[in-house]
Amino acid sequence: MIRKNLSATKWQALARSSPPLLAMWADPTTIYAAFMDGAAPQLVSCPAPDGRFASFSAQHPAAAWFERAIQDLWGLEAVGSIDGRPWLDHGRWPVLNPMSSRPVRHGSAPPQPEFLEALGAGVHQIAVGPVHAGIIEPGHFRFHVVGETLVRLEARLGYTHKGTLGLMLGKSPRAAARFPARLSGDSTVAHSLAFALAAEQAAGITAPPRAVAMRAAMAEIERIANHLNDWGFICNDAAFPAVHARTGVLREALLRACHVAFGHRLMMDRVLPGGVATDIAAGGLGLIADALASIEAELPALERITASHASLQDRLVSTGIIAPGLAALLNAGGVVGRASGRAVDARAVPGYAPYDELEVVPITRTEGDVAARLAVRQDEIRESLRMLHIIAAGMPEGEIMTALPGRAGEGFALVEGFRGECFCWLRLDDGGLIQAAFLRDPSWLHWPLLEAAVQGNIVADFPLINKSINGSYSGVDL
Amino acid sequence: MLWPSLAKNLISRPLTDPAPATRPEEVAALAAMLEASARRRLGRSLAIRQVDAGSCNGCELEINATQNVVHDLERFGLRFVASPRHADVLLVTGPVTRNMREALERTRAATPEPCFIVAVGDCAIDGGVFKGSYAVEGGLAAETRPGEAMMRPDIRIPGCPPTPTQIIQGLLTLLAAQE
Ligand code: SF4
Repeated sequence: MIRKNLSATKWQALARSSPPLLAMWADPTTIYAAFMDGAAPQLVSCPAPDGRFASFSAQHPAAAWFERAIQDLWGLEAVGSIDGRPWLDHGRWPVLNPMSSRPVRHGSAPPQPEFLEALGAGVHQIAVGPVHAGIIEPGHFRFHVVGETLVRLEARLGYTHKGTLGLMLGKSPRAAARFPARLSGDSTVAHSLAFALAAEQAAGITAPPRAVAMRAAMAEIERIANHLNDWGFICNDAAFPAVHARTGVLREALLRACHVAFGHRLMMDRVLPGGVATDIAAGGLGLIADALASIEAELPALERITASHASLQDRLVSTGIIAPGLAALLNAGGVVGRASGRAVDARAVPGYAPYDELEVVPITRTEGDVAARLAVRQDEIRESLRMLHIIAAGMPEGEIMTALPGRAGEGFALVEGFRGECFCWLRLDDGGLIQAAFLRDPSWLHWPLLEAAVQGNIVADFPLINKSINGSYSGVDL
Repeated sequence: MLWPSLAKNLISRPLTDPAPATRPEEVAALAAMLEASARRRLGRSLAIRQVDAGSCNGCELEINATQNVVHDLERFGLRFVASPRHADVLLVTGPVTRNMREALERTRAATPEPCFIVAVGDCAIDGGVFKGSYAVEGGLAAETRPGEAMMRPDIRIPGCPPTPTQIIQGLLTLLAAQE
């Protein structure tokens, strides 16, 4: 059994003990949570026959968003929650609690959202979004400011809620794979891999060695492409477009190579339960090697340029600080967690193939500012390049797909995407179709930190801080 | 320092791709459609406002890539602007989630006439893989009033996501049809 089913009393005791939470979700009758227990993720559940369960949020602030989403989607109520406001449900769906066993029809006008207050002399509000000024995802930011200083930020998300989890139900893992692949397009490989590993565990199979190596190669390429993108955009937001221009060139060459090698620039729908969709096309490996070599060759110059311009460093250093204690409280992983001193990386702990052979060491900084988050990304590009050399040199021959038997089972996985750990849990029915599933993007634990990181900074630095955290909207909106 | 690499760039070949070709039949069809709708034509420079109506962010990555130095969208007189009030073109992505529909409609209302609508990606065209979900309208083709589509796109750029080249090709078709 991969999961412990708890009594209501045991659940309540767990809620009070404040474990390092990874995710909370539900099905129509049960509440689930995943947390880290030393080096291993622990899954627990508790039946909620009367539609209620004990809230985690008083001890664990990150639980509040999960619990609000659970209320909106499954209609289960978190008793003792610190925040009872709706989250994903903006009052615009044709039904209430769409994932519950009995969704109710709904037709009244959407309510005005309520925001947390900030009081004091001279405090005023700035409302931004959901349509933003740049080419980015939609969300609403409510700022409370005094002069140009940010006193409080509250993010209101949910605008891109597409009903992704609902669309996965009743489908075979093979047919449902296109949904994790589109949970957050920039992390398509990572979420597809987490889903594939969970489905494979549930079905009791493993992917062939060649597929395992190809998946890791794609995951590291995705990390490099996104880190280059973030590096460029952070500099661009600090009014230093030269770096952005160069990272854009390097990234473009890599994506074109992926197009040839894997048939898709972002490698969407390439990682499937059981293996990978297609083998590497002829000529593709050479192009990828060339693109990676150009990145490797230009890294030192780009790092030098980023580090040696005082005008740029002035914007990055000591901006948007996330204190290590706060990152630990939220159990934040990924770049955001590591830049605030947390030595966490799902490739190392709990670890999965083939990373056990690649000696992953989490890259950390302790400053927790924009500069630290950028530095972690820069070092991780180097590490990914190192791993890609090893993966390419040892690429096994053979099959790329194992058939999934249609049987009942349950599985979960934690995969390190470019933002952080992507979690997936699913349960298959007797016919091997998905009965329940949850996908958790690392941004669930990063968005609340953005709200904290901006406090005391000036409004004009918000885009920069936001970019350095780069939370996914679609990833948490589901 | 930046100077050495800037100096090198001055003497090296440009990195920019040649312009992707448009198809004459598509340009002619669009020109006829614009003629029929009696909309005023604009010149060879268009201001674009991108609206994410619930995408997975894959389409945004590729729209952003149209602005890198390899694709260099601006050389065609096409540039992104921050407000719909300054825009000639709305570039819409995503399946039009119910939570974004009003914001999209308001953005359309804030855009001055003539306004050209471009649907980027399978989602924006008809909802793509998210079609049928309780949470989406089903792209710009969705019937939000009886017999009436949400918004009629002048150009549809299919793909999941379409490549930057395909996005530029679609926008160049719109430019060519203005002439
Ligand atoms: S068309 Fe594809 S890439 Fe674009 S938003 Fe939809 S799912 Fe994402």
